[in-house]
Amino acid sequence: MTAYLRALAAEWTKFRTMRGWVAAVMIAAALIVGLGLLPGLQGSCGKHGPGSECVAPVGPGGEEVTDSLTFVHQALTGDGSVTVRLTGLTGELPGEPGKPRSGLVPWAKAGLIVRGATTQGATYAAVMMTGSHGVRLQYDFVHDVAGRPGGVSADAPRWLRLTRSGDTLTAAESTDGTAWTTVGSARLSGLPATVEAGLFVTSPQHTEEVDVGLGSGAMGGPSHATGVFDRLALAGGWQGDAWKTDVIGAQVEHGGGAGGPGGAPDAPVAGGSVGPAAGRVSGAEREGDTFRLTGSGDLAPSIPGAAGVGVTITSTLVGTFAGLIVVVVLGAVFVTAEYRRGLIRTTFAAAPHRVRLLAAKATVVGGVTFVAGLVAAAVVVSLGQDVLRDNGVYLHPASTATEVRVVVGTAALLAVAAVLALAFGTVLRLGVTAITTAVVVIVMPYVLAMTVLPTAAGQWLLRVSPAAAFALQQASPAYPQVANIYTPANGYFPLAPWAGLAVLAAWAAVAFAAAAVVLRKRDA
Amino acid sequence: MITVNGLRKRFGATTALDGMTFTVDPGRVTGFVGPNGAGKSTTMRVILGLDAADAGTALVEGRPYRALRHPLRHVGSLLDASALQPGRTARNHLLWLAHSQGLGARRVDEVLERSGLQGVARRRAGGFSLGMRQRLGIAAALLGDPPALMLDEPFNGMDPEGIIWMRGFLRGLAAEGRAVLVSSHLMGELEDTADHVVVAGRGRVIADASVAQLLAAASGDRVTLRSHSAEASAVLAEAGATVTRAGDGVLSVAGLAAGDVVAALHRRGVAFSEVSAHRASLEDAYLELTRDAVEYRWESAS
Repeated sequence: MTAYLRALAAEWTKFRTMRGWVAAVMIAAALIVGLGLLPGLQGSCGKHGPGSECVAPVGPGGEEVTDSLTFVHQALTGDGSVTVRLTGLTGELPGEPGKPRSGLVPWAKAGLIVRGATTQGATYAAVMMTGSHGVRLQYDFVHDVAGRPGGVSADAPRWLRLTRSGDTLTAAESTDGTAWTTVGSARLSGLPATVEAGLFVTSPQHTEEVDVGLGSGAMGGPSHATGVFDRLALAGGWQGDAWKTDVIGAQVEHGGGAGGPGGAPDAPVAGGSVGPAAGRVSGAEREGDTFRLTGSGDLAPSIPGAAGVGVTITSTLVGTFAGLIVVVVLGAVFVTAEYRRGLIRTTFAAAPHRVRLLAAKATVVGGVTFVAGLVAAAVVVSLGQDVLRDNGVYLHPASTATEVRVVVGTAALLAVAAVLALAFGTVLRLGVTAITTAVVVIVMPYVLAMTVLPTAAGQWLLRVSPAAAFALQQASPAYPQVANIYTPANGYFPLAPWAGLAVLAAWAAVAFAAAAVVLRKRDA
Repeated sequence: MITVNGLRKRFGATTALDGMTFTVDPGRVTGFVGPNGAGKSTTMRVILGLDAADAGTALVEGRPYRALRHPLRHVGSLLDASALQPGRTARNHLLWLAHSQGLGARRVDEVLERSGLQGVARRRAGGFSLGMRQRLGIAAALLGDPPALMLDEPFNGMDPEGIIWMRGFLRGLAAEGRAVLVSSHLMGELEDTADHVVVAGRGRVIADASVAQLLAAASGDRVTLRSHSAEASAVLAEAGATVTRAGDGVLSVAGLAAGDVVAALHRRGVAFSEVSAHRASLEDAYLELTRDAVEYRWESAS
């Protein structure tokens, strides 16, 4: 048996023969599971009889999507192109009930679209002018290609064209209808021979962050946009003038779901707290060759958060921070308890290679917390989903890969944090000092970022502090083309999952190295 | 065998070790005595690789402690009997130590029995008296069946019964051929136990000798005589004694046994009020040796 394995066996025996330490691990796991299964979140999905279930349409990529728009279209077969001139795009934001404000949300969309069908979630490609992101080619909900920037008005209209050639749709735009610029092209596999093509307008949920004293929250509501089109023309193999209007996804599918678990309880919560804008109503009218479409909704992946609906599996892990506190205390005490009693001398007399001993301690405390975290996270992520759904909360399903990453990531977060706390304990020796340091450095940044800190400060903390590893729990990606409040409190972290873990691991590595150096230099 | 050679160590402005040199030979109990602050505990910590010496070497079987693969199989040590986690049972404390040396639970039960702790093995060490903790520390030192043992103040906190047990125990270990180093700040504790004594003071060795040598070196037997007679001195000198005045009416008589002193005085009709025989002890020898080395006289007197 190597010296390391002997030290490991000894440290494991030490750990399992202290009832308080074993209990601490159990408590950490119980906190994670318990807090996750007792969520305060309530929703209305399925709570109002048949038909109130929350079912989101599924896009071509299998992801849940939002597919709501005002669509003036006709069926067209084979290859061809459609061209239109956009002469106006205005909008309306939610305000005081009954008194909407005028204004255009950044991702309001008006333009041309070719869809495989009028059913929600159908494959599509669209070229559009947006509220403040210029011309875009978007297709199949998650893809976004930027064209030229700019706005649109009667004085500065914008021409848009969408051309089908087999499975490929090519988007072009022009300021004069003569000189055309290609925005990009999209391949839509499985696009039927006959498509529904035409004009569309939609305008996503408006959200704004509000700071209310110590808590920050978000408020908002549905917005509307109105696009004015003329010179609608078909070319190539396409022809016809049988335009009909559909408001796809007109009714609100998701009744449930608060914005997220974060934020102050009395802060305004996203979604629906402000009455719908009463001024404009979705629909289309035609006057000669001028089409006026008013729409509300979005063509985008369905997202949780302030601007979206529902929550993700991340919400089941709200107890992680509580478990983390217990775990970092354990990590620190695993070594400071020996300093307190002078037992460390007995330990070093039995295992004179101190760095090896520290590695053995780290393996034990990291291994134990990893296993406990893995079990707790697996239990709470699977059971917690049922609890949330039973409460009527709309829960975004996560892929198995995401679930595994969130569960294993939570375990890794706890384990590496415990090792970091162990290193603090080794350097500082005094239990109270080490515990305070570990909690302040590891847990506090997360708690602050989730509660009182302004978003920018919170995001900075979650980039540089050990709490960056909470990024491992993010279940839903942030889409640049979907306006949302991508804040930690809404389940969005500033770093990618594994980058977040790398930040924590770097802290642990540096602290471990420092601990190794002082252990070698210092008299025991 | 433990060899300490020229150890030097400073803690800030304080010189803890100033050329400490001695060896601990197998088959006997070596007492390591000296007043508090003499450097005994520091020396032991250096031997165990816990403290680094500024200069000098401390070797166990010719090797530095840190080079030992299974250190507890070479040296068993008891530095601080209270260095325990109160929540862990005696047996579990020994169990993790055993695992650190690749030993099993069976060895733990053996040493528990040998140190007389089998009855309390499954009780938490936090509830142990200091004497029981000392026994637990001894059990831990014995785990690896080491050829050398090093015990720092093992008599501390022991009741008389425990002290008698400890003395016999230490002698037994030496009789098994082990090298046993036992420190104490009270020489008396080592009387009848140590075969050899290393006396330390101010970080260095003051005396390193067998107990017999130390006693011989100390002033021999004396008789204290209380008499106001002016003749007493002359009479005793005539009888072959060396007489010194030790105070008003007090004479210190060397070279003559108490009975002979009484007989000589009686023969000549010299009046005296008290005769007391005074045998030199290890304690006297020690006090004489360390008189200059006592750094913390008040503490050591307590």
